[in-house]
Amino acid sequence: MDPKPSIVVDNLVKRFGKFVAVNRVSFQIRSGEIFGLLGPNGSGKSTTIRMLCGLLTPTSGSATVVGFDIARQAEEVRRHIGYMSQKFSLYDDLTAVENLEFFGGLYGVTGDALTKGIAWALGMSGLAGNEQALTREFSGGWKQRLALGCAVLHRPRVLFLDEPTAGVDPLSRRQFWDLIHQMSREGITILVTTHYMDEAEYCNRLALIESGRIVEMGTPGEIKRLAIHGNLLLIEAAPLGDALAAVKRAPGVTDASVFGAALHVVVGDQQSERELPAFLAARGIRVDRIEPIAPSLEDAFVSLTGEKPAGDADS
Amino acid sequence: MTEEIVQVSGLTKCFGGLKAIDNLSFTAQKGEILGLVGPDGAGKTTTLRVLAGVLAADSGSVLLGGQDVLRNPEAIKSLISYMPQQFGLYEDLTVAENIRFYADIFEVSHAARQQREQQLLEASGMSRFRGRLAGQLSGGMKRKLGIACALIHTPQLLLLDEPTTGVDPVSRRELWSILYSLVFEGVSVLVSTAYLDEAERCHRLLLMYKGRRLFFGTPTELKSMLPGAVLSISSPNPEVLRSIVVGEQGVLSAMAMGDTVHVVVDDADLRSTQLRARFEQSRVPFGELRRTTASVEDVFVYAISRQRTQIGT
Amino acid sequence: MNLRRTAAIGRKELIQIRRDPRSLLIAVVLPLIQILLLGYGARLDADHIPVYILDQEGSQNSQALLKGFQASPYFDVVKVARNYPELVRAIDADRCKLGIVIPWDFSERLGDGRPVSVQALLDGTDNNSAQLAEGYATAVVDSYANRIQLDWFSRHGLSQQATVPVSVDYRTWFNEDLESKNFIIPGTVALVMALMGALLSSLTIAREWERGTMEQLIASPVTPLEIMIGKLAPYLIIGLLDAISCAAFAVGWFGVPFRGGLGAFFFTTTLFLIVILGIGYMISVATRSQLGASQYALLVTLMPTAMLSGFAFPIDQMPVAIRVVSYVVYSRYYVSALKRIFLGGAGINDLIPEIIAMAIYAAVIAFFATRAFRKQIE
Repeated sequence: MDPKPSIVVDNLVKRFGKFVAVNRVSFQIRSGEIFGLLGPNGSGKSTTIRMLCGLLTPTSGSATVVGFDIARQAEEVRRHIGYMSQKFSLYDDLTAVENLEFFGGLYGVTGDALTKGIAWALGMSGLAGNEQALTREFSGGWKQRLALGCAVLHRPRVLFLDEPTAGVDPLSRRQFWDLIHQMSREGITILVTTHYMDEAEYCNRLALIESGRIVEMGTPGEIKRLAIHGNLLLIEAAPLGDALAAVKRAPGVTDASVFGAALHVVVGDQQSERELPAFLAARGIRVDRIEPIAPSLEDAFVSLTGEKPAGDADS
Repeated sequence: MTEEIVQVSGLTKCFGGLKAIDNLSFTAQKGEILGLVGPDGAGKTTTLRVLAGVLAADSGSVLLGGQDVLRNPEAIKSLISYMPQQFGLYEDLTVAENIRFYADIFEVSHAARQQREQQLLEASGMSRFRGRLAGQLSGGMKRKLGIACALIHTPQLLLLDEPTTGVDPVSRRELWSILYSLVFEGVSVLVSTAYLDEAERCHRLLLMYKGRRLFFGTPTELKSMLPGAVLSISSPNPEVLRSIVVGEQGVLSAMAMGDTVHVVVDDADLRSTQLRARFEQSRVPFGELRRTTASVEDVFVYAISRQRTQIGT
Repeated sequence: MNLRRTAAIGRKELIQIRRDPRSLLIAVVLPLIQILLLGYGARLDADHIPVYILDQEGSQNSQALLKGFQASPYFDVVKVARNYPELVRAIDADRCKLGIVIPWDFSERLGDGRPVSVQALLDGTDNNSAQLAEGYATAVVDSYANRIQLDWFSRHGLSQQATVPVSVDYRTWFNEDLESKNFIIPGTVALVMALMGALLSSLTIAREWERGTMEQLIASPVTPLEIMIGKLAPYLIIGLLDAISCAAFAVGWFGVPFRGGLGAFFFTTTLFLIVILGIGYMISVATRSQLGASQYALLVTLMPTAMLSGFAFPIDQMPVAIRVVSYVVYSRYYVSALKRIFLGGAGINDLIPEIIAMAIYAAVIAFFATRAFRKQIE
């Protein structure tokens, strides 16, 4: 793998009036890496990606994309990137091939390169045989893969994906991420913004972003280990409502919520964890099962961004 | 015996030649969360619409709280609350005006409305935004307001169509926390989702595919459907590892994640040893190799792939 | 029908109108702009029509007639021509619109009580002005001829009441000033109601479909009747307020007389609005798209009101076939009622035929509108 960074972001700041949308953000992405910006709506993900695409000028700080400065060489940057937005930007009233031809035209892909590119994109997206059908007739998964085809027709070295699998079924999503992993193996650098935890699991590395700042960075595994202070326990107990109320008052418990027919409980120390069954039993609760479980990225995120569900905060 | 608030049997609905719902049967009990899970076009939305009495069906029967929805859709409308995918908010009305509108429509008394409104807005962390136009709320807050509007009249059954699509994790937890508190009050919830990690939060699941029932039962029962076991192998280069694993004997499927590979195998112990040896032999770096529980997504993808090969599409 | 739910829908609709600049524009600004434009721009009066006069007689009498033209505000006597060819050339060269030829035996025939004809040569390129000029010229000549005849009668000792024939142009029946603004402006109230009512009501249901709020309404206990009444009542009130401001503008700004009863005005306006709003509502239910709905609504309300209601183009001057068609144009009855209320001083009792016709329309439209909306998605 090429160790040279493909994207270098250094202390990037973007202010809109008094509002700081992006606050001194720095990261580096290697060539061929799949890097995720994970954060809730309005956290600064889109603003960051727009600056990297050369669509917004940073207030301060700098960034380069495949060696080109985003502020001074925006045109060069745009030539080497592909961008796929959540809404796919496809023309519903054009056929698959017409969409591909249009986007090829936008990036100056012509002649043989265009013919080959279209054939490749149709094969990749599984649309071969339906290339003359109108785009509006396609399912979400097909549209998504066609949009991906349009975004990479000009063979960019960096691909930006903005919430790429929102509303796409699981099977299509797996196929989509298979494609993304293939592209990454071919050396294309991929930057994904998402607020879906399960989507973030597909990234090699992640930056959690909150209110314009990066709060944590690392592989999905590292982030999960870092985020939870204590042990995450799964508790099956009855009655569940009473168990939830009781466990929130138990010593050492920092968070508790219902998860299906069980509770997810974070306990800070070993001592409290050992005493928990007795604590619950003393309050008339039948405990059927207590076992440690691996935290999910969602657990990590909620813990790191410091917010607790308001519905659980009444204790 | 638990009370079945929803009884659906042999439900069929066609749009032109397409069977959007095909001979579907299921039940939901009082005070449970039943998840309708399936890809786009599986028939989730159509099913919820028929249950909400806004869409007529072709055949079959739907009983909500003993009332026949297909015969007399108006009879059930004060029992249920339905939140469509576009959550039905008036964007040019404020948060409080939206709530008041739905309270009036369902004839909630003034005192009950005030109490319930305060409770719902607090639970969803929206008390500060009472005077804000709904159109100026974030996606997550819109969903929460949609649910607050749907809950202003204490329905017996709540029908939610993909309530968490486009919602950030913190809001999503708040949403689920509201749903669980409803369940404790005895309300039943039917919720559709295309996100499978969410399916594990439901008490029971109805997996749908092409209008048909693929599976109906608890998440644990669902996971036991998957033959074999799932191995999780951490790796600095999961894509390379995946390409090696795919060709191995006993490997049913493999999926590269960010820093791990999920491998479905026929026998956990046998294949762990086999794969370890294979990696060492070909000098592929790998970290931890452990058996993990299958996710609903693993089972779903397995079930659909099997279904597709059976149907031959 | 549940009053609380109906009121909830009406209240919500009013808030939405207040916050939607486009609706506000249609409800408040558009009516005023329309009445201003039509009041000024579409005035069919022609004044200062250039005239050449050829006086073949050159007598005191013919000079008096000539003075009649000079005194009229509708004519400018550009020149007294010396001969016929000069007059014809002037018309050809567009130096005048009208040429008047006073014959050499003008006084003699008048004196004998024989019929006299004054020749009028008209530039017919602008048909409308030509008709007007003809009308005005006839009026000038008639008034002159009457005076001469009265003189003649009195000189011969005859009672003037006995034989003076009075013929009055239909135009001047309620509008003796011959001012077309009085003829047109009352009708514009109908135009404003049709435009405002149809546009706003056609958007109301379509908007709920487009924004996805309809599905939730259908899943609630609200009945179709409650939806319809709740949604249309605010527009009825706005329509009546617009009607008042239009009438006030017509009277206060343009000086159009308002001689009839206010009760008749409100009653007929309400009937008309019920028809317009009902049509807009049904279109909105059927199309489910705001753009489509507003286009259809304009087509079936504004177009016939503008063309076939007699608002500007007198119905009895239309070809027979179109005149027959105009009987099914509901706005015809409202326009007729408006003119008779403004100019003719009519009250409710005088408008029974119009009111019956409009009430039938309102009943039929209301009947279908209440049944148009089904609580189903398909």
